[in-house]
Amino acid sequence: MITLKDVNKNYSSEVSIGPVDLEIPRGGITALVGPNGAGKSTLLTMMGRLLGIDQGAIEIAGMDITTTKSKDLAKIVSILKQENHFMTKLTVRQLVGFGRFPHSKGRLTAEDEEIISRYIDFLHLAELESRYLDELSGGQRQRAYVAMVLAQETEYVLLDEPLNNLDISHSVHMMQHLKDAAEQFNRTIIVVLHDINYAARYARYMCAMKNGKVIHMGRTEELMNNQILTDIFETPIEVISTPQGLLACYH
Amino acid sequence: MRDERTDAGQVLLMHDSVASKSQSKTRMSGSFRTSSDRTKYWILMGVLLAGSLLATFGLLAYDNPMPFGTRRFWIIAQRRADAVTAMGIVALCQAVSTIAFQTVANNKIITPGIMGFQSLYAAIHTSTIFFFGATGLLNARTFEMFLFQVLVMVGFSFLLYGWLLRGKNANMHSMLLVGIILGGGLGSLSTFMQRMLTPSEFDILTARLFGSVNNAEAEYYPVAVPLAVGSALILFFLSKKLNVISLGRETAENLGVTFSRVALTVLVLVAVLSAVSTALVGPMIFLGFLVAMLTYQSAPTYDHKYLFPLASLLAYLVLTLSYFLMNHIFSAQGVVSIIIEFVGAVVFLTIILRKGAL
Repeated sequence: MITLKDVNKNYSSEVSIGPVDLEIPRGGITALVGPNGAGKSTLLTMMGRLLGIDQGAIEIAGMDITTTKSKDLAKIVSILKQENHFMTKLTVRQLVGFGRFPHSKGRLTAEDEEIISRYIDFLHLAELESRYLDELSGGQRQRAYVAMVLAQETEYVLLDEPLNNLDISHSVHMMQHLKDAAEQFNRTIIVVLHDINYAARYARYMCAMKNGKVIHMGRTEELMNNQILTDIFETPIEVISTPQGLLACYH
Repeated sequence: MRDERTDAGQVLLMHDSVASKSQSKTRMSGSFRTSSDRTKYWILMGVLLAGSLLATFGLLAYDNPMPFGTRRFWIIAQRRADAVTAMGIVALCQAVSTIAFQTVANNKIITPGIMGFQSLYAAIHTSTIFFFGATGLLNARTFEMFLFQVLVMVGFSFLLYGWLLRGKNANMHSMLLVGIILGGGLGSLSTFMQRMLTPSEFDILTARLFGSVNNAEAEYYPVAVPLAVGSALILFFLSKKLNVISLGRETAENLGVTFSRVALTVLVLVAVLSAVSTALVGPMIFLGFLVAMLTYQSAPTYDHKYLFPLASLLAYLVLTLSYFLMNHIFSAQGVVSIIIEFVGAVVFLTIILRKGAL
């Protein structure tokens, strides 16, 4: 479980995030949704301890992220941001291998190699594993990075807009992979999503943010509601029930 | 790209065949993509080593008036060996510091020189001749003066790094910007003093301000060698962390590597290496840059454990070869750093124009 208590981040008197009190339960996918500038990415970045908090406390699996050593946290929580700098002359397999760094400190064992192969296969990257990162398309590179954070084998995985730059086919595949990872490997995955319909289809929980505050947190079915969504996005949204589940219409 | 949904069955089949094929040869993630890349690397190292040995031998023995092996031959060779040692130190300092610095700064087109080491060097020497005259500058070629220069340069860079640590909004780029501006300020201060020198003083100073191994004195080595080798070794042992850092700050933090701590360690070592090199022979603007670029182009790996040795050998070969050619073939002593910078600039432009990227 991830617990946020009275978390604040102040940029200026007008721009601030919080206070946020939130509990994200274990298991499944939790989607962070909300309009631009709501603070979704910032909150995720703070949970992944890449950004300091000004007030309050965040606990992941009972460990306070500000006092726990970064290298110990790296075995419990992993985070992937949108923009990733990559080196030339680095293959997909070598990148995924970096995911084992918190465990092996760069000296890969036979067991590490097995884990690396498992996640490469899981994201269907086997054919590409000896390609250099700059020889891949944006979507393939995105998958390689996701394979890296999965290979880290942390209980909690935080992903900042993993569907950015992906077309429909790749978005669907990515979400299926994430859902499978959550179920097969018993992970808790928290994603920032812009398209609420992906959240509706794949997430177990949804957390809606607006103006730096969490407005609603609950099971996806509860949040997929005309009034709630219309309020959050300030756009008329109608939720319709389809054979595939709830669908938000806003065009 | 293939639509994986429509021919999912085909993809699965392909995956099976790939999986069975790759199981037959074990899937490993070493520092090289393939074993032929590894062979390529070691062949390259071998060629560079042979070239370096040949160039070293050439510098020591070519045009040596005494027959090989006699005592007098060795006396002459010994005198020349001092210059070769300086080349070795400079090569190590420049190569290792540039690559480490570029990794930490996440930028492959800057060098540690950007932090104003040359300007500081120029300012120290210009003010020496300005206040104490030409004899003052010549008398200042002492061990103490060398130590003083190293200390001032390292201190100067600590001042910059303090900036990096103190400010809330400070980051690597603002630190570099401050370095450039301070360097520019020192540069104009030097220019101002140079305008008031007599032509003969100015002439002596100019010779000093071009990087040359002839500026090095053997008495500096007991300090210069341990500092250079020690710092380079520490960086070499930090290779694994540097590899992680090169993935970018956020990815490195995610993997449990505290970026600021590693970056600070690396920057301190880079400062020591740059200071030793600059205080020893003067500014060598393009050497580190040229060598780092050639290393990235030729090394089939991302791993700093392999990049550092290759870059060091490459730097040594470039230096020894250009000194050999200039001293013995073209009889044009003293212009070597100018040549290196010229060639460096040409190579840089060629790569940029041909590849469109670094």
